[in-house]
Amino acid sequence: MNKFISRNILNKLGVLGINQRNTDYIMRYNNRSLYPLVDDKLKTKNLAVKAGVSVPELYAVIEINNQLKSLQILLNKHHEVVIKPAHGSGGNGILVITNKIAKKYKTSGGELLSLNAIKHYVSNILSGMYSLGGLPDQAFLEYCVKFDPIFNDVSYKGVPDIRIIVFRGIPVAAMLRLPTSKSRGKANLHQGAIGVGIELNTGSTTYGVIGNTFITIHPDTGCPIKDLILPYWNEILQIAVKCANTVSLGYLGVDIVLDKHLGPLMLELNARPGLNIQLANQCGLLTNLKEIEKMKTIPDETEERVSIAQTMAKQSIH
Amino acid sequence: MHKIAVSFWSISIIILGLVIVIYKSITLSIPFTSSAETEIWTIQARLSFNTYGRNIKATLYVPNITPGYIKTSENYISGKFGLNAKHTEDNKTANWTIRKAKGYQTLYYRTTITKSDSEIDWTSIPDYPKAPVFHEPYSTSINKLIEDVRSQSADIASFTFELIDQLNTSDKDENIALIRGLANTNDEFASLIIKLLAVAHIPSRKLWVIGLSDAANNVIPQVLIQVHNGDEWITFHPRSGITGIPNYYLAWKVGVAPLYKLKGGSNGELRFSVKKSYIELLDIAEHQMKQRDSIFGKLSLTSLPVQTQNTYSLILMVPLGALLVVFMRTFVGIQTFGTFMPILIAIAFRETQLLWGIVLFSVIVFIGLLIRFYLERLRLLLIPRLAAILVVVVILMLIISFVTNQLGFDRLLSISLFPMVILAMTIERMSITWEENGANVALLQGLGSLVVASFGYLLMTNQKLSYLLFAFPELLLVILGICLWMGRYTGYRISELLRFREITTIDDRKA
Repeated sequence: MNKFISRNILNKLGVLGINQRNTDYIMRYNNRSLYPLVDDKLKTKNLAVKAGVSVPELYAVIEINNQLKSLQILLNKHHEVVIKPAHGSGGNGILVITNKIAKKYKTSGGELLSLNAIKHYVSNILSGMYSLGGLPDQAFLEYCVKFDPIFNDVSYKGVPDIRIIVFRGIPVAAMLRLPTSKSRGKANLHQGAIGVGIELNTGSTTYGVIGNTFITIHPDTGCPIKDLILPYWNEILQIAVKCANTVSLGYLGVDIVLDKHLGPLMLELNARPGLNIQLANQCGLLTNLKEIEKMKTIPDETEERVSIAQTMAKQSIH
Repeated sequence: MHKIAVSFWSISIIILGLVIVIYKSITLSIPFTSSAETEIWTIQARLSFNTYGRNIKATLYVPNITPGYIKTSENYISGKFGLNAKHTEDNKTANWTIRKAKGYQTLYYRTTITKSDSEIDWTSIPDYPKAPVFHEPYSTSINKLIEDVRSQSADIASFTFELIDQLNTSDKDENIALIRGLANTNDEFASLIIKLLAVAHIPSRKLWVIGLSDAANNVIPQVLIQVHNGDEWITFHPRSGITGIPNYYLAWKVGVAPLYKLKGGSNGELRFSVKKSYIELLDIAEHQMKQRDSIFGKLSLTSLPVQTQNTYSLILMVPLGALLVVFMRTFVGIQTFGTFMPILIAIAFRETQLLWGIVLFSVIVFIGLLIRFYLERLRLLLIPRLAAILVVVVILMLIISFVTNQLGFDRLLSISLFPMVILAMTIERMSITWEENGANVALLQGLGSLVVASFGYLLMTNQKLSYLLFAFPELLLVILGICLWMGRYTGYRISELLRFREITTIDDRKA
């Protein structure tokens, strides 16, 4: 069997490669001076709140090792909490604490950690272990999302999230990321999570992909992942558009979670979104990207942008 | 827009580079390949010292009679100093003088030599030496040794050999141990032999030689012993007693006087460096002499000091390595730890050779990772942990050197330049990748780094490429042009052809 796919087929499908993504989209449409807005999750949170986008509530920010003393009080106050590095990338360095059992804290991965272990973890974040270039970082504690019941059967520990690629303010592709036992509860495709394609116009899921294998049922739960209809779909697309508008990045990845009580919440933004979304949707990004590039003007209205995206999606399905 | 500008610039720069190369090869007739037929060595003596506005006179001995080799060119870089070269009977000196000089001064003597069959030899006839006076208890011991040696030898040559042999081998003899105590360094040891020979009225002197290697800075001159048997000078090694000048050693100077004399200056320092090349490079040098008016003649690397040349023959290969990294990452899509780390590893491989380099790298990273996983449990802060890993790496290198020394592999002793900081960073990054993205990704990236480093090593140690870049540094423009052009490459990486290979499978099933 031929293990390589030919360049011609990829071109025909409009698959975007890393080199082209970097030169033709990221470098051209993303102003480098705006990167700090998305690389620093605390800044992103602030901007989103100002733009009227809901985000998980921020509990506390830890900037120096000395503040670790207050960690116990914080953890006792909020039993369920997510600890994140402000400058983490690719979902690295995120610790989810779901419960307190005796004196230990239970993580989403099922591990039991002592207070000291968590302090060490946070101190690693502060010293820049998870930040780009190893620069000193901040850690923050935020609301732990309780995911929508629609995901009950298709998630293994951890919280599923929705990644939407927005180009010039118009959503071009969406994907649902489901944690697995292999990804240890993380919604990161590189770590073994499932990427599931989403039809932009309807919000219904298609096939899932783990690595390079297509699947229709979740390997851990055995439940079907195809044809789920995501609730709040229109609202989700609107959030993506609003976020792109707020940070003025032309080529942006928006990560959104669905909370049981609070509905869609924006989790983080990414100025260099990955390309696996194409594999999950079995469809290249280039067709839509090129069509939007041709547009001379883009309407300002959020609703209009969403409807452009949905019309484009309908056309591509025929 | 950008794409056109980049294409324009990259093509212009590549063409410019190629035009200069072709022009140079035509006008200066520099060949594109070096044939390995005739070796030549460029030896440089660099004399530096401090001056304080006084009258300076610096005398440097330079080669005169060079058995086995012939000087093909000689030049002096004197700055503001006045120069005159003087021949004495067996030696030649360069005498630099200046009425007033301030600050740090550097003078160069550079000569190019090649092997020669012509028989040149020292012709001077020495006087019989006066016997030196030794005090007790030495004088008794020495007289006994001389008697011993004389009874076991037939002529001056065999006497000298016997003397050297006894001095070096009779470990248990208290007499000889006592005499040997008079000398600590090789130089003192040679002086001692000369004194002992003088006791027997045999005329002798020192001969300073320079070892000829491929490329070496800070070459230390070796000292040999010459005795005169009435007809000719015979050369002996003061430790082994072997006669004749060893292969690949150039006779620099004879006699007792030091290699240089300095009047009026202080902190004098004499350094030798050697670089081997092939006859074509000599041609370059000659052509360059002829074409002094030509700008390219002046820009030739061979006009730089040899130490600098040695450094550049390595530095010029680094852009090639960088080009390889660009290719491997943007065209092939191989993942590595750090962007240019593989190139630094490849440079380190030059010291150890490829196979040992890979073994050494793998062993240190493997053990380092085990220790790093343990350190993770100790919960250290990031920077101290990195420093701890660095220390561990140095300790590992030490242990490996000790072990391999015991086993008799001397190759791994030359790991002095192995970049321990880079190894430490690799271990740290690999362990974090290991924990976060799994062992597969970490091993893949480690393997990728090694593969790129190995290719980099092969590329950067290629003799032909090395010669080309040294003779035509303009090729750097070509490399620059290619880098610019690759900077706008938007095609798929080979790794992506693998990554997206399943993208059509479901569609096929539908159809």
